[in-house]
Amino acid sequence: MTAVEERTAGDRSGARTPLLRARNLVQEFPVQAAGGVKGGVVHAVSDVSFDIYRGETLGVVGETGSGKSTLARSVIQLPRPKSGVVEFQGTDLMKAGRKELKESRRQMQMVYQDPFGSLNPRWRVSELVEEPLVGHGQGNASSRKRRVEELLDLVGLDPSQYAKRRPFELSGGQCQRVAIARAVALEPALIVADEAVSSLDVLIQAQVLNLFEKLRRELNLSYLFIAHDLAMVKQVSDRVAVMYLGQLAEIGPAEGMYRQPLHPYTSALLDSIPRVDPVTGAAHRPVALPGEPPSPIDPPSGCRFRTRCPRAQLKCAEEAPQLVERLPGHQVACHFPLDVVEADLPPKPAGATLAPPPVPAQPTAPAQPAPQQTL
Amino acid sequence: MSSKRTAAFPAEDATVSEGVIVPETAGRHRPATAASPGEPLLVVEDLRVQFTRGGRKINAVNGLSYELAPGSMLAIIGESGSGKSVSSRALMGLLPPTAKISGSVRFDGRDLLGLSEREMQSLRGGDIAMVFQDPARSLNPTMKIGAQITEAVRLHSDLDKKGAQARAVELLKLVRLPAAERRFHEYPHQLSGGMRQRVMIAIALAGEPRLLIADEATTALDVTTQAQIMELLVELQQRLGMAVIMISHDLGLAASYAQDVVVMYAGRAVEYAPTKVLFANVRMPYTHALLGAIPALDREPHSLFEVTPGQPPDLSALPKGCPFRPRCSNATDQCLEMPPFTEHDPEHWFACWHPVGSGTGKHTANGEQR
Ligand SMILES: Nc1ncnc2c1ncn2[C@@H]1O[C@H](COP(=O)(O)OP(=O)(O)OP(=O)(O)O)[C@@H](O)[C@H]1O
Ligand SMILES: Nc1ncnc2c1ncn2[C@@H]1O[C@H](COP(=O)(O)OP(=O)(O)OP(=O)(O)O)[C@@H](O)[C@H]1O
Ligand code: SF4
Ligand code: SF4
Ligand SMILES: [Mg+2]
Ligand SMILES: [Mg+2]
Repeated sequence: MTAVEERTAGDRSGARTPLLRARNLVQEFPVQAAGGVKGGVVHAVSDVSFDIYRGETLGVVGETGSGKSTLARSVIQLPRPKSGVVEFQGTDLMKAGRKELKESRRQMQMVYQDPFGSLNPRWRVSELVEEPLVGHGQGNASSRKRRVEELLDLVGLDPSQYAKRRPFELSGGQCQRVAIARAVALEPALIVADEAVSSLDVLIQAQVLNLFEKLRRELNLSYLFIAHDLAMVKQVSDRVAVMYLGQLAEIGPAEGMYRQPLHPYTSALLDSIPRVDPVTGAAHRPVALPGEPPSPIDPPSGCRFRTRCPRAQLKCAEEAPQLVERLPGHQVACHFPLDVVEADLPPKPAGATLAPPPVPAQPTAPAQPAPQQTL
Repeated sequence: MSSKRTAAFPAEDATVSEGVIVPETAGRHRPATAASPGEPLLVVEDLRVQFTRGGRKINAVNGLSYELAPGSMLAIIGESGSGKSVSSRALMGLLPPTAKISGSVRFDGRDLLGLSEREMQSLRGGDIAMVFQDPARSLNPTMKIGAQITEAVRLHSDLDKKGAQARAVELLKLVRLPAAERRFHEYPHQLSGGMRQRVMIAIALAGEPRLLIADEATTALDVTTQAQIMELLVELQQRLGMAVIMISHDLGLAASYAQDVVVMYAGRAVEYAPTKVLFANVRMPYTHALLGAIPALDREPHSLFEVTPGQPPDLSALPKGCPFRPRCSNATDQCLEMPPFTEHDPEHWFACWHPVGSGTGKHTANGEQR
């Protein structure tokens, strides 16, 4: 079924069919500890489910190592996730053969962080943009030439000025435009943007983000938009997924979630953004979330956030919270979400400790306490 | 910063000649004695740095001026390539000998640009220390972190090995490295990015610096870790009375922590004021453009960003006059002449002929758009 057929079918039945449906995705990587001592498994993505609709942007935020890139790669099946369901335009990608996968990948394109690294340095811009067309056997030489010019125009690069250049003759933002022109060349339905503007300066970043928005409006594109910057993710997304240590902590409408985060981690993330009001000039001083993210090889029992969560109770260590819908379209995985007032929480039992396990005793402390404190 | 100075910094490109230039305006400078109370710790005036590469002159820093009071925090912000790192390396004496440096840098009354490499070495890591963006590359991967800090301590003190080790552990605790005693025996790769940055700060503190330069020290870190490290820097600044220069491209970060902010564009200081003054009343169109381009939590999903066209200029072929002119919506023919960097309002310096809100320039509505 083509995207158009699918959409009209969906419209006729009155129900919206998602463009992409991901269910219970799991991706794990075996790792060997140094010296062959004790290996383990990195739980990079654990049981993640979400939908993306046509023309919609799903933003993904989370700390480094939380599994955002692994999730994106699981969607495009590079590599195939360990288990779960990925349905794209009605095709079950987990079961798809090579030919079906090639056709689906044409409809979902990736844009990566490093604009230089993703382009062959010896090719000219025109060749770089033409390549996906050639690869999928589209048109003849002259129709492709016209299409390349169209695409360069679309991404704001004057063909007469840029078509003959090579990547090293372009700025970072211009390289990223070339990468985007390549990504939209085959008229995909979905663009997976993994930190696609993170390496760009803020003025250039704004240009590229506006280009994404223009393409979304003109081509009805959907995006899976991954970034560290929560404020940026909010401004480009309809819905936002917050990841913590391989799991979804919260997923919901961008506006609603930022106005009222339900998960303590989302709230902590929001509090840690340094920001300045562009009108009054007032600054918001971040509040730091204490602690370090635990190891994805040995995640905490129960809720993976409990070692840093200010609301943690005993239950959080014993039972993993499931993702439940608390507000329309807004799901959270937390036993004591933030719309429950503090007073309603069960009292913390005396002596209960939810802190990370104590650090193993150090057999050889390097030195005695210093004689004097100079600092 | 001071509003005492009345003279504007030189507006025209002073010709940069070989080596260090004794400023003609030396009379304005403080005497070469230890800074007395109320005196700035660091005074940078009209700093210029030029590189030559393949016969091309690269004008990396083209007139940078600021002051830093003891124990205060100054942010230097600007886009990639605006000269933030080069200018800071210049005052640390860390540029290659081929770099042509002019202007004046006075630290505690001493002219840093006139110091011998030897004198500079004793200052580096001592009175002035620096922390960089990439702790993984600054640390020795084959050496336990404890040994690396101990080495730094011994370099700057007469402590014996044992005493230095004790001091190193103390420093790790000071920077709040979790489980400092255990981490002492670990290698850099066993630490998270945030923990490695804490170790770098501990090494920087080994010489009890009076000035710490943090060059994008939190850029590679997550927001949550960034907030922890910034909190640590502020705590150290206050507890140790240490002055901090934080180099960043993040306006929000600068606004949240620094007392004063310098905005750089194409190697020039273009706006400089106490943080509150600056962000309450941005005058330079470039700073204004930066503010409009940063994503903000209170903007609607799918709202467009205010766009500034073009690219930062080529430092080998700077445009005539104001470097921001090719991208500036306020630009007029007057801007073909370099605007002087002047204290227009009390404590508020900027370089612009048609500042935001002045009602002059091409698009006079610019200031009222928001
Ligand atoms: N091929 C691999 N082999 C082993 N471990 C991996 C592999 N790819 C990812 N990981 C691990 O999986 C976890 C998730 O990594 P991932 O790159 O998806 O995180 P991320 O959220 O994209 O982080 P960042 O913000 O730094 O890009 C990390 O602990 C990472 O070290
Ligand atoms: N040793 C050198 N030789 C020649 N050019 C140099 C040298 N070091 C830096 N430059 C150039 O000087 C300019 C300013 O560089 P600088 O590193 O100060 O920028 P920055 O503001 O710190 O940028 P970023 O935000 O990317 O760190 C750049 O154009 C850079 O390429
Ligand atoms: S389940 Fe418990 S530990 Fe986890 S986020 Fe909710 S309150 Fe915190
Ligand atoms: S108005 Fe003129 S002087 Fe001011 S920033 Fe624009 S170009 Fe420069
Ligand atoms: Mg990633
Ligand atoms: Mg730099």
